[in-house]
Amino acid sequence: MMWRCILLLPLLLLATTAKAAVSDPADMLRDQAQEERARALGRELRCMVCQNQSIEDSDADLARDLRRIVREQVATGRTDREIMGYLHDRYGDFVLLRPPVRLTTLALWAMPVIALGLGATLIMVARRRSGAASILPPLSAAERARLVELEQDAQ
Amino acid sequence: MSVSPGPRRRILLFAPLGIAAAAGAGFLVMLRGLSSGAYNPKGVPSALLGKPVPEFDLAGLVGADRPTLTAAMLRDLERPLLVNFFASWCVPCLIEHPQLMRLAADGVPIMGIAYKDKATEALGFLRKHGTPYQRIGVDLPGRVGIEWGLYGVPETYLIDRQGLIRWRYAGPLTEDVVKADVAPLLRRYA
Repeated sequence: MMWRCILLLPLLLLATTAKAAVSDPADMLRDQAQEERARALGRELRCMVCQNQSIEDSDADLARDLRRIVREQVATGRTDREIMGYLHDRYGDFVLLRPPVRLTTLALWAMPVIALGLGATLIMVARRRSGAASILPPLSAAERARLVELEQDAQ
Repeated sequence: MSVSPGPRRRILLFAPLGIAAAAGAGFLVMLRGLSSGAYNPKGVPSALLGKPVPEFDLAGLVGADRPTLTAAMLRDLERPLLVNFFASWCVPCLIEHPQLMRLAADGVPIMGIAYKDKATEALGFLRKHGTPYQRIGVDLPGRVGIEWGLYGVPETYLIDRQGLIRWRYAGPLTEDVVKADVAPLLRRYA
């Protein structure tokens, strides 16, 4: 029973954090579609204070301010691009949880491909080597004679 | 069946050693950067470097006996200056305060912005510890801070004579930072 509780704990925590992610109801936009848009934008923006949370998930003061700014701009009809641009101009690439592909971020984006390629190469090298190790000894004179016999039979 | 180690096998034998050596060299470079301050894993470069100070207009700090601060006052300067975001509730601000006082005493112009701080409390802080600022603006809602790309207090910016942001330091200024960064930059942009 004890163990079951312990195993359930992470799930419980996950559920509560998911609920806590919703910001102060007073800050929410009345229009459901606009609120959804603001939330989608907020999930793409990094909280600069906690660094590994989006501003939608963070309780930091700055995150709350940024949530408000996003909602204000959504309400005034600015496009997603304009809103992201507003924050990018002030906070740089770091505010974007999905950094743009650039020369400096190329290693970051290419890493999955590099890792896959490296893994595949390693597997191929290992396979080739194990194949090389199991090379059969050359045929003996008797075996060779038998092979010739068989080949003649086949013709 | 004994296999003599061919040249390819020997290379493979040394590969892990080579990788370890490369990783070690990288780590050493990182450590050096950490100790010299050239590499800061938590540091985020300001997006405003090389750009003019953002437009802003702030109310002054009543009772501080200092004029207020607006963006217009940070253009066409006679000499570079520092803009320091502070708050009375911020402990690192208290830690860096002696550095600011020393810089002010040396004649470096410093502008202060009280971030998310009530005027009375900001005033109390300055009365108690001294006022290093030539001008003070009060940013109670923290909106001007966001215009600057601020993510905490204290933060210090160096503005050149054209009004461009040349340097940003997030965190308390220490003697080392003043010596290694502030002083040379003030000279460079003088």
